[in-house]
Amino acid sequence: MTLALPSAAAPVPKRQAMVAVGVLSVAAITLMGGMLSVWLRFRAAAPTRESSDGLYTIKDWLPKDITIPEVAANTMLVTFFALLLMAQWASYSAKRGHDSHRSLALLVTFGLGAAIVNAQIAVYSQMGIGVRDGAYQSMFYAITATMLILVVVGMAFTAVAWFRSVGGRRDDVEVVNAHALYWYVLTGIFVALWFVVYVQK
Amino acid sequence: MTTIETHAQATTASQRDAVPQLLVGIADWVSSSDHKKIGRLFVALSWLLALGTAVVAALIGIERITPSTALIDADAAPQLLAIFRFGLVYAVLAPTFVGIAIAVAPLQVGARSIAFPRLAQLGLWLWITGVATVIISILGNGGPAGGNSDMVDLYLLGLAVTAAGLIAAATSAVVTVLTARTAGMSLERAPLFSWSALAGGFAIIASLPVAIGTVAYIYVDHTYSRVAFGGNYAVNDHLGWSLTQPLTFVFVVMAVGALADMGPVVSGGRQPLRGGALAGIGLVTTAVLGAVTQSQHVLTWTGSAGDKIQSLITFAFFNLLPVLGVLVVLALGALGAKSGKIRPNAAFAVTFLGVSMILVGMLGNALLNVDGADLIGTVFEEGATVYVAYGTLLAGLGAMAFWGPKLWGRKIADKKVFGAGALVLLGTVLAAFPQYIAGFQGQPNGAVASFDYDGPISLWNGASVAGHALVILGLLAFIGAAVADFRSGEHAGDDPWNGHTLEWATPSPAPIDNFSELASVASAEPVLDSKGVSA
Repeated sequence: MTLALPSAAAPVPKRQAMVAVGVLSVAAITLMGGMLSVWLRFRAAAPTRESSDGLYTIKDWLPKDITIPEVAANTMLVTFFALLLMAQWASYSAKRGHDSHRSLALLVTFGLGAAIVNAQIAVYSQMGIGVRDGAYQSMFYAITATMLILVVVGMAFTAVAWFRSVGGRRDDVEVVNAHALYWYVLTGIFVALWFVVYVQK
Repeated sequence: MTTIETHAQATTASQRDAVPQLLVGIADWVSSSDHKKIGRLFVALSWLLALGTAVVAALIGIERITPSTALIDADAAPQLLAIFRFGLVYAVLAPTFVGIAIAVAPLQVGARSIAFPRLAQLGLWLWITGVATVIISILGNGGPAGGNSDMVDLYLLGLAVTAAGLIAAATSAVVTVLTARTAGMSLERAPLFSWSALAGGFAIIASLPVAIGTVAYIYVDHTYSRVAFGGNYAVNDHLGWSLTQPLTFVFVVMAVGALADMGPVVSGGRQPLRGGALAGIGLVTTAVLGAVTQSQHVLTWTGSAGDKIQSLITFAFFNLLPVLGVLVVLALGALGAKSGKIRPNAAFAVTFLGVSMILVGMLGNALLNVDGADLIGTVFEEGATVYVAYGTLLAGLGAMAFWGPKLWGRKIADKKVFGAGALVLLGTVLAAFPQYIAGFQGQPNGAVASFDYDGPISLWNGASVAGHALVILGLLAFIGAAVADFRSGEHAGDDPWNGHTLEWATPSPAPIDNFSELASVASAEPVLDSKGVSA
């Protein structure tokens, strides 16, 4: 220092990984929130048509011949919550220094992430729609593929945390916690997407 | 975990002998994780792009002087307009203060390094890659109304990459202010510019992903089906909000913070209403609400009293709160000036004038959104964007003149800063104000040729051309002065402005790890404390 200021010890790191993940989670929320709002706007602007039984007037948004595979979509939702349990297990184990538990929990978290990707592919496959088929189809692929990218980013995060774990970084509690935070946020985002895209359609 | 990096020398002595110094220097700057270099690269590149943007603006203005005679190929005109609009927002306005925040905020909060320096570096290179991609795509007949489908796709990709770069860089700055503050520095004690880096960075992080999401929709639709979003010519129908107000206000938060930080230094005392200044910066940040709603909020004075009040509240919330924020900061600055110990300097004056130009742009935007004014769809809107963008550029020149000594160890002569700043100021007024007038006369926005109205078309557009030319001249003059004086100008000393905050407590230029030893602070003005100035 060139001025006589009281000196201080190097500050204790203030959970930088957690804060960074929190900040980037805001970006993920506004990314998907923006996409959902565009989805809702397009759905609200869709023309109306008679329902197949002729009793109701409904929005002509979801093409008649498309059926949403609800089992696969619901499986995805349940898998997200199962994944959260594993991520929390990893965080719990890391805090208590249970290395083998932490590594196993991270490995299972990664596996459940892969299961979510698999379920999304199953949704695409069961719906049997092409991205070129129309407005709904292209928007469906855009929003679900963006969600899929966020899931893959989460899996990469899990893989990094796992490699650090098996590499002997025992004091790496914060990264495991930050990784769990990301999955919590992602689950919240998926709940909104599941409700708007798969339930309300 | 720690994110503080050690900074190894780029080359050894023997390597330095073998490789030309220039290449070593370039490699050192390009690969550096030193936040001061990353920030300066951001600013330098944005200034170069500002020159290019102003040249394009002048070309457009020349074409508009005689709209019935086409000097530029009719197909090229929309491309030039697209480059101008994109350049103004994403090459000039957005990166200027993101760069300054990356360079200065860690020093202000007493950190040895920026948090996640590689993320900041990634942000820089993503941003410049995105900007280059967008320019290439537009030149290749892409852009928002381009005729080449592949190039339109490339434009969309470039726009997303540009936004991602800015988000990454802003994240690094935000995390630094949140987590790397020195002992004793609570958020309430954080310097006002660092506070604005936090608020403005958050605003960028919250608003630009919405643009990326829209780009994702349009990209998929444009590439595969072209049913939902209307193909090439409708790109700006859905993404136009990302190139105009109120999103542009998100990028000026840090400019207002820089002024709020410099004010007390110039007035020679502590900021008595520090909470007010923090709140003022926060009010400017409310622009993010307008940005994420992706639409203009127009005052329509029709219908029942309830309708009118509802319209007025919405209008005021989205258009006037940021104006109020700037006014609060300016008013607090004026209160400080009453202390009678004012030590004015060119850097402060130029920043003040830049923020004043931003304020004129904000007021113009408010007027634009009054239904009865009939200004929507006219060049009035372009005038407001020019005021905001060039105002931020001007404030950025002042900020670099202010903090430059800490980064280079030397200062730019006040006369040179005044001279260049005056040219840019005059250029801003000449470039934008005639567009306000032409807007009232009905000159359409987005048209380069084939328009007509009752009024001196040549005068307004000629003045605008002269304005852009003056901005180019002023910016070149500032760059020339900066290159000359930061290399061989007057030594600045460690505390050339009698500053208040921690960056002035370390040698100039700041060492690679910022501080030889970390300080503990007990107030918002720790350097004043150390000089024995009473609270």
